[in-house]
Amino acid sequence: MTHITLPRTLLLAALLLLALFPLIGTTFYLQLGAKIMILAIFALSLDLLVGHTGLVSFGHAAYFGVAAYALALMAPQYQAASLWLTLPAALIVTAFAALVIGFLVVRTTGIYFIMVTLAFAQMLYAIFHDTKLGGGSDGIYITVRPEMTIAGFKALDLESPVQFFYLVLIVLAAVYLLLSKILHAPFGRALAGIRVNEQRMRSIGFPVLAYKLGAFVLGGTIAGLAGYLAACQFGFVNPEILAWHQSGIVLMMVILGGMGRLHGAVIGAAVYVMLQELLSASALFGDYAKHWQLPMGTLIVFSVLFFPHGIGGFIDVLLRRRGNASAITAEAGDD
Amino acid sequence: MTEAILSVMHLAIHFGGLAAVDDVSLEVKIGELHVVIGPNGAGKTTLINLLSGDLTATAGQIQFCGSEITELAPDERSRLGIGRSYQKTDIFPSFSALENCRLAAQSRQPRPLNWLRDAMSYPETMDKARRALKAVGLADRAGDLALALSHGEQRQLEIAMCLATEPQLLLLDEPLAGMGREESLRMVELIRHLAETHAVLLVEHDMDAVFQLAKQLTVMVDGKVLATGAPAAVRANRDVQNAYLGYTEKPDD
Repeated sequence: MTHITLPRTLLLAALLLLALFPLIGTTFYLQLGAKIMILAIFALSLDLLVGHTGLVSFGHAAYFGVAAYALALMAPQYQAASLWLTLPAALIVTAFAALVIGFLVVRTTGIYFIMVTLAFAQMLYAIFHDTKLGGGSDGIYITVRPEMTIAGFKALDLESPVQFFYLVLIVLAAVYLLLSKILHAPFGRALAGIRVNEQRMRSIGFPVLAYKLGAFVLGGTIAGLAGYLAACQFGFVNPEILAWHQSGIVLMMVILGGMGRLHGAVIGAAVYVMLQELLSASALFGDYAKHWQLPMGTLIVFSVLFFPHGIGGFIDVLLRRRGNASAITAEAGDD
Repeated sequence: MTEAILSVMHLAIHFGGLAAVDDVSLEVKIGELHVVIGPNGAGKTTLINLLSGDLTATAGQIQFCGSEITELAPDERSRLGIGRSYQKTDIFPSFSALENCRLAAQSRQPRPLNWLRDAMSYPETMDKARRALKAVGLADRAGDLALALSHGEQRQLEIAMCLATEPQLLLLDEPLAGMGREESLRMVELIRHLAETHAVLLVEHDMDAVFQLAKQLTVMVDGKVLATGAPAAVRANRDVQNAYLGYTEKPDD
């Protein structure tokens, strides 16, 4: 498996299209777009672990949920919380949770890693579900969205769907850029080495556990960023956002889009959410719409059968076939 | 007389009731290539695993450059200056040959590193990687994926990865295994050359290569050292002839 990046022109075109979207999109579609981009950030954070480090985390929703709850618990009831305070605080709490859990789970590999990440996420679920800490199974409302003020002026009004859309777009672009830089930097190359041959990494002198923990904390923190934005958008958190099926959905997005490619994670999130919207539209499917998970599951099975490297992988093949050889930069190192 | 880089004292490991390596003592010095031979199951690879840290000894001591390393993890030993190759080729198949070596050299970069700077933009690390490839004769294959190299080239690459970490001690586990004649000759030359500047412990089955290279020879049988010393003396040892050399070559060969 080689590490593949999309050509820069294609990425910039996608960014431009997204930036122009609010000109035509209605509030419904702007909100849907923001939701997709938030989940894309979430999927990117998981792909760092699954696709780039070889750590199949099945409890990634824990960090998404912890940050969302952190905002909900910090936000005053009838006033706007400051984004400048609550966002860093939520990220620090999430990073700490990922550090503590990561410290324990990176010692395991394979199926055991999958199981212990799931177990820790379920423990957090139980804490929020069964105690009064986060309002129990009812969750907490965030009645007023956080505000971004600079010297008394509102820099962005998160109540406005358009402005919220742009905030999420900027964060997504920043996360994408950050991860693609990191993956080409020594740290990211070491993660790739761990994915391919962990024991060899150890014998050439890498403290593998420290690198895995670094990736785990970074992935968890970015998931927290997505969770914070999700809590902002929906104004509501409940234990379901850190339950195991949320972890499963984001894993499906990564697989659907193609593991180990950043654009794959974004495409996977978009395709998943749009399919879900489509299949659950009662205007289209009437009474069958409530059984949307059945056709969704079928589609995912077929996509795994026909696109073994995900939709992102399929796109890479198309680009390569068009002779656009420069579009594909194979593994860093083929200079 | 040079100091021993590696001193092994009464080293042992037990798997349940089986002593895979039992009371092994030996020394390795720069310029004095040390070969370990013995029949299958004698504990040679287990010995290398104990020295590299892939296994931890149940008894005995390992000293490297005067400090005790018996309990250290493989990555710690690597950073101290011990490089090893594996009996079964162990590389990063989907990476280029250069990237295999660059990654090895990267492990010596000071930390913390800039998280955003491109890994290929560290000139010192790139130089080390290129030098290592050149040393094993793979300079012109730098850009090829490791999986596209021939078996022999992959074995060379594995040694290049060791060299990229600039070790003082090389632990080579059957580097000639599965090689053609031409490739074997080249590898023997390479190892001879490396032994001038590195301490080398070599496990090998190819007797021609063994007697060409060895300055020190240790024969292991059933986890124990049967004989150790200069090759000629070991060869003349009657126990060794009976236990091992007798059925691989004639004593007057």
